[in-house]
Amino acid sequence: MKPPLFDYCSAQSVQDALQKLHETPGALILAGGQSLIPAMNFRLVSPSTLIDINRIPEFRKVEVTSDGIVVGATIRHRDLELDAAVHAANPLLRLALAHVAHVPIRNRGTTVGSLCHADAAAEMPMILLLTGGSVMAQSVSGTRTIPAEEFYKFHMTTAKASDELIVSARFPALPRGAGYGFAEFARRRGDYALAAVGAIVSCDDSGIVTDARLAACGIGSKPVRLTAAENALNGRRADKAAMAEAALATADAVTAPDDTQVTQAYRRHLLAGLTRQVLAQAVSARKEAIA
Amino acid sequence: MRHKPAIAPNIPSVSADPTVEVTMTVNGQTVTRHVSPRMLLTDFIRHELGLTGTHVGCEHGVCGACTVLIDGRAARACLTFAVQADGAELRTIESEASEDGTLSELQKAFAECHGLQCGYCTPGFIMNIRAHLESGEKLDLSDEGIRDMISGNLCRCTGYKNIVAAVRKSAQHFNRK
Amino acid sequence: MSTRQFGAKISRNIDPELLRGEGKFTDDIPLPGALHAAFVRSPFARARIEAIDTSDALACPGVVAVYTCDNIEHLDRELPLLIPHPSMNNARTQRPLAREDVYYVGQPVAMVVAVNRYVAEDAALLVDVDYDALDVELDMEKAILDDAPLVHPSHPNNIAADFTQVSGNPDTAIAAAEHVTKLRVQVDRSTAAPMECRTVAAWFDHVSSELTVWDGTQAPIGVRGGLASLFDLDEDKVRVIAPHVGGGFGQKVMFPYADEILVPYAAINLGKPIKYIEDRRENFIGSNQERTQIHTIELYATKSGEVLALSDDFLHDTGAFIPYGIAVAQVASTSIAGPYRIPNIRVRFRAVYTPTVPVTPYRGCGRPQACFAIERAMDQLADELGIDRFEIRRRNLIRDDEFPYARDGLLFADGLQVKHDSGQYLRALEMAREAIGWDDFPAKQAEARAEGRYLGLGLAFYVEGTGLGPYEGGHIKIHPITGKVYVNTGLAGQGQGHETSFAQIVADQLGVNVSDVIFREGDTGAYDWGVATFASRAAVVSGNAIYKAAKVVRQQLVEAAANMLEAPTDEIELTDGYASVKGTNRKIAYSTIATATNPLRYAFNEAAQIATQFAPASKHDGPPLAEGQHPGLEATDYFSPSCATWAYGVHAAIVEIDPVTCRVVFHKYVCIHDCGNMINPTIVEGQVMGGLAQGIGGALFEHIEFDDDGNLTNANFVDFLIPYATEIPDIEIQHLETPSPLNPLGVKGVGEAGCIAVGATVASGLADAVSHVSGSKFHYTPVTPDMILEALPQGTAQPPD
Repeated sequence: MKPPLFDYCSAQSVQDALQKLHETPGALILAGGQSLIPAMNFRLVSPSTLIDINRIPEFRKVEVTSDGIVVGATIRHRDLELDAAVHAANPLLRLALAHVAHVPIRNRGTTVGSLCHADAAAEMPMILLLTGGSVMAQSVSGTRTIPAEEFYKFHMTTAKASDELIVSARFPALPRGAGYGFAEFARRRGDYALAAVGAIVSCDDSGIVTDARLAACGIGSKPVRLTAAENALNGRRADKAAMAEAALATADAVTAPDDTQVTQAYRRHLLAGLTRQVLAQAVSARKEAIA
Repeated sequence: MRHKPAIAPNIPSVSADPTVEVTMTVNGQTVTRHVSPRMLLTDFIRHELGLTGTHVGCEHGVCGACTVLIDGRAARACLTFAVQADGAELRTIESEASEDGTLSELQKAFAECHGLQCGYCTPGFIMNIRAHLESGEKLDLSDEGIRDMISGNLCRCTGYKNIVAAVRKSAQHFNRK
Repeated sequence: MSTRQFGAKISRNIDPELLRGEGKFTDDIPLPGALHAAFVRSPFARARIEAIDTSDALACPGVVAVYTCDNIEHLDRELPLLIPHPSMNNARTQRPLAREDVYYVGQPVAMVVAVNRYVAEDAALLVDVDYDALDVELDMEKAILDDAPLVHPSHPNNIAADFTQVSGNPDTAIAAAEHVTKLRVQVDRSTAAPMECRTVAAWFDHVSSELTVWDGTQAPIGVRGGLASLFDLDEDKVRVIAPHVGGGFGQKVMFPYADEILVPYAAINLGKPIKYIEDRRENFIGSNQERTQIHTIELYATKSGEVLALSDDFLHDTGAFIPYGIAVAQVASTSIAGPYRIPNIRVRFRAVYTPTVPVTPYRGCGRPQACFAIERAMDQLADELGIDRFEIRRRNLIRDDEFPYARDGLLFADGLQVKHDSGQYLRALEMAREAIGWDDFPAKQAEARAEGRYLGLGLAFYVEGTGLGPYEGGHIKIHPITGKVYVNTGLAGQGQGHETSFAQIVADQLGVNVSDVIFREGDTGAYDWGVATFASRAAVVSGNAIYKAAKVVRQQLVEAAANMLEAPTDEIELTDGYASVKGTNRKIAYSTIATATNPLRYAFNEAAQIATQFAPASKHDGPPLAEGQHPGLEATDYFSPSCATWAYGVHAAIVEIDPVTCRVVFHKYVCIHDCGNMINPTIVEGQVMGGLAQGIGGALFEHIEFDDDGNLTNANFVDFLIPYATEIPDIEIQHLETPSPLNPLGVKGVGEAGCIAVGATVASGLADAVSHVSGSKFHYTPVTPDMILEALPQGTAQPPD
């Protein structure tokens, strides 16, 4: 399990990296490498060139403003997880990051790298989708913002062009007063989720849900919004009956076929149960926020 | 049966891979080597530097046997190219005991609690726990907290119970200091 | 030492070097200029090889050689059948490199040798093999049907062996039975997955014609024998060293794997040291596995629950080849009656070829399957007769006064009769009942059920035939310069702490510190009589051999000291490395005694002067060494057990099902076990706990998955779920010590104990947890989340908060 040979290029600037990416067929970006290197060790991936972006200072930044968190391309999961300002702006990130593999992997793996790897069971792409975030793609010909819902196409497939580099990701701050929740199950600690669900629930003063956002991963070919469940909540009081109805409404969101670990039927069951749990968390978090 | 070749065959001794220069500090000593860009940090540590205490268990980041500290943080050496560690400060299991071989409190706790059997996974556990002990974060020394701390390292011999005990023992000592 | 070391909880001698990262595992051995091997492996479960083209691989820079079946000379042959048995006809074993046919995904087809493993893997991908794929059937129950595709055309219905054993008179007993319980149970495929994969390094010294092989094996003496034979070298020219080995669990007792002979071959052929360090993927598809058995078991009982007869008919998956004979199936079939009296037994098995990785022992070796069958059957019998699960066992357990309890007609894996030698089975059951809190449990369960929770109690008893022969040896010598005690045996260690346990035995006999015992194993250059490490046999067989040798050396020490101190032998005491005369301060160091008993010409140090020709104590009339006397303090002795010694134990667990995730939560798990006298309780507990964790892996997580085409689809640690610490509960272990009457130390083996009963215990607990809502009996392991979901009532997705 040794990787194939590649040309190594340590990019010294954003322009340097973009130029190299533009002119080198088969080149891939090396950030944390925690998904790429195992794939190379199994010889599932054979890049012609690895463009190492770890020495580019601009990428080593996290910016937290009142409306969101902008994460640079080489920010490690662990940095984000421990960042108090990030946590204050949106506590969902830390909740989800705690489920991303284990600390030694989070110490090197980058959040943007995970977003680009786009594993259908990965937590952070789901959080990007849930929060209504986006990524910033840059190439020699320019820059564009891609919203999460357009970025994710399929398992390990995104809207990023091969000569584009995702230079940052933006996670909006948690709406003021909103409740939130996150729940995941994997058979073994740190593994990819059999299913994970995140929730952001905003209510008006009378307790009526004005905006329920629910997203899940591990249940299909990409992270998905649980729109049927959201619809079951919006405009209603978030009581037990509404939450139960929302949980039941998640069933059709599960499209992953039976696999070596579990069946589709199990995933439906799990997703419904986790949805109830995150909604209960969200409601209680909202009460705390108000209190 | 005769097993004597008449003339020794002409055998290449080095690969045709291009090399890059890497310099890093390993256990306090600066080293420079010319290696293939694809050389994994595990192979660099073990075979270029001869520090064979870092073990290789899966080469895909699940078992944790190759855990080392890169700039003070625990990391999988099998998921790092040596060239990525250029300029970094590395610590391996060989830095854990003192120069004269006296075991650290953490190592002693493993021995006293019978926290190792074959010893293959042990260096990875020690380095991971070492990083936690030195992280400055408050450690959760409940059974669950310790199990969470060492999840990410596989052990096939001990059933973990004695490793949990060793972590608790050494962490208490560490907290007292 | 005044305190007895046998039975003491002593830290291990080996730990400091392992903790400092100074272990000596095969890949740590510096071999300057070593070349590295990688294998081309079959991507098909069954195929004909039409052609192999190695030219592109050979042209790859850095490649030194590519071997196929066509250029390995005399090695192109079927490898030996290690354990012949009359139930097998024309047993099929593997060739080092496939010729014409491949039989499983992962089978070695070619070996590439290159300057490093990176290049060797590059070139392995360039070997072009043209395959013609054939039909396969992996389901054993279908593979034995008349029209199933055959793994080996030589074996109709894919039957590798068909064997029946009978004890007592089952037909008569069956006729007298008032109740029959029948069930079908299955334990599925798993693998040992030691943390260090298999490893081989070899160096052939063309000047001295000596072959040295470092091999992460459990059987260095066996490997040496195989190599000497295959290479036509005298045994003294082949040295096999098992250095530190990162776990074995049975996978490394099998030999020779293809690499174990091809690496030495390449070393001889190329005149360079060669290393093969198996990677994790190869360990999954290329190193042997175990477990799949499908048992159809029937218990014939009275209405009061006394089991009169047992009938079991099982299929055993042996994979594509059967190099280790029927060992696994035979252990299962002879363990099938467990700890119960059951005087009449008929047990038949058929070993079935499937186009998969070959099957040889993995920790437990057939015992987990047998335990699963009999224990699930006992639970079902209890349920059907309305008898408490503890009570039904109590009524059938072999009573203390019935030992030794023989099962005539059943021959164990050592070819000797099954005879449970000693035990306190009823007491063990009672201890488990108390420890798990059985008396309070029904109330707790009722309360949980009222809250909509699923709480169950699991129970399983196991027995383990351990300490198989034929024999092991122990060699002990006291070093004349340091006075330290040097001990050898023919085993190899993979973490069991042999160096400490055996040192404890020696320390008591010879009056030295455990840390002053130098222990060496796993090196045929140091000692080459013996067998291997397997079947929980080290403490029993080598332990007693070392004990016997130590007693001889003790006698030598006492006699020599009596002579030197001019005192009667019964006044000599041996303490802390000195022989002294009781009640006096006259004492003499072992180093001095060892030196004095070795007549010398040359005084290599000052102390040695006492043994030279003109020293005052030297004889001047006749040979310095009398006829029949040998120099120094040294002895070798052997132990050959009359039959296996039977360890046993009981597991009990309280489990709860999380209805959302279908995860199994352990509230409590207790393990009562008895391995006779314990040499070092800390090490014993470590062995048991490690086995328990592997058992939990096998019960709930670890499963080798094959698709219909025979591809192993989870050949990695991401998808083959070995539990982390977070998945293993804290387990309470209690000891009983019933000495074995079969050996001087009264010990029994413990290496495999922990894993045997876990699957049965977990299944028992889960069935109990859902018994009020479901008929699910959990007759299959590993238990998956889906199996649990199926056992829960519909609509459990809406559990109470």
